Amino acid sequence: MSKRDYSLLGPDGARAVATGLAAAEWYHTDVPRKEMKALMQRSDAPAIRDTLLLFGLMAGFAGIGIYLWPSWYSAPFWLAYGVLYGSASDSRWHEAGHGTAFKTPWMNNALYEVASFMIMRNSATWRWSHARHHTDTYIVGRDPEIAIMRPPAFAKLIAAFFGLPDVAAFFPRMLYNAFIGVHPSEKTFVPESEWPKVVRVARISTAIYAATFALALWMGSILPLMVIGLPRLYGAWHHVMTGLLQHGGLADNVIDHRLNSRTVYMNPVSRFIYWNMNYHVEHHMFPMVPYHALPRLHAAIKHDLPAPNTSIAQAFAEMWPALKRQLASEEYFLKRDLPATAKPYREDFHLAALGAAPAAAE
Amino acid sequence: MTEWIDACATDDIDAEDLIRFDHGGATYAIYHAPDGDFFATAGKCTHEDVHLSNGLVMDYVIECPKHNGQFDYRTGEAKRAPVCVNLKTYPVKVEGGRVFIQVA
Ligand code: FES
Repeated sequence: MSKRDYSLLGPDGARAVATGLAAAEWYHTDVPRKEMKALMQRSDAPAIRDTLLLFGLMAGFAGIGIYLWPSWYSAPFWLAYGVLYGSASDSRWHEAGHGTAFKTPWMNNALYEVASFMIMRNSATWRWSHARHHTDTYIVGRDPEIAIMRPPAFAKLIAAFFGLPDVAAFFPRMLYNAFIGVHPSEKTFVPESEWPKVVRVARISTAIYAATFALALWMGSILPLMVIGLPRLYGAWHHVMTGLLQHGGLADNVIDHRLNSRTVYMNPVSRFIYWNMNYHVEHHMFPMVPYHALPRLHAAIKHDLPAPNTSIAQAFAEMWPALKRQLASEEYFLKRDLPATAKPYREDFHLAALGAAPAAAE
Repeated sequence: MTEWIDACATDDIDAEDLIRFDHGGATYAIYHAPDGDFFATAGKCTHEDVHLSNGLVMDYVIECPKHNGQFDYRTGEAKRAPVCVNLKTYPVKVEGGRVFIQVA
């Protein structure tokens, strides 16, 4: 295959559409309807508990950090606060964006707006971009959320652990949206009815950051920015660490999430921060199942999935060498064995997408 | 010409659930509301080419299994992003324990 072109308007995307790889019917493990209905049920209680815990911990850590400021003794509290602000916000943005965090819609919407602000994503714009990731997961030229392209750009990946690429992209776009309007590229995927909201959200964010900067100047201290803004940099590492594991080193251009997504068993703290998205194959196969039911879904379908990675460290030990091999060969990817109880991988589009054979008829 | 089509038995669909019904080259979704009434809509989401039958019925809302878009299945109204276009609805009648839908 020639070099991958990740542009959404490039030849790889066009070929995916032409071969039927884009918007294809993906593989799903069979789950009886009754069982799936039970797994999909929504509930307010788990997310109310977790949300109170999250914001309670944030208030506590920030309070102690402010109290001890500017002593270095405040550092551990800022690091803890930062991870909740700059990483837990990613999983809350994600789950509330799917509408599965709470049963009650206004609760989902409220968490979604707050989490979007913390993770520095315009809540109106980003609502529309994640859908494509679910339609065409890791289809080159179709999926706008491919975190690790081939060959991997290691310097950018390392910078991402400090939030740098995201923050550098966010502020110019926020100001553009606030003062000029919706960007032409956003107009291609955000419906026109939502454009005023994009601008309104950007103006509110701009006002909050301006007030925080003004307070910092008036105080002659970066303390206000330690609470709002900077934690998106010094606390980003956890969501990048877990996010890279979602699909890194695995197949692209396939229509079976078992080939392109990774489930990793994690410690309870990381699972709280990540809101159970470590069950990533399960989430992609059945995005209607709320985060709190993913362990049950995992138990129901694990006979049909490759064995999960046993820890974050073990998953990185598997992924990192694969990424290094992709520097030399873009075609290389990890293909995990399926258990004897599983149905075989669906690979019908894979070779065609690589330009090696015609697409199998559906 | 419109005609009434015998789609299923009333007890083929659990309360607060739906089934897929294919007829004449088209696909429909038939709902059993929590209050016992039956409704019918087009079978596929208006966002992408996805069958709603694997989705979740919550009260009078059907949530699409692909991106969690929602419709009121009584009126077809699109209720939650990313769906923007309403769903087509079809008249339904129940006679002798059978559910009939009127299709064009
Ligand atoms: S296909 Fe139904 S919401 Fe996207």
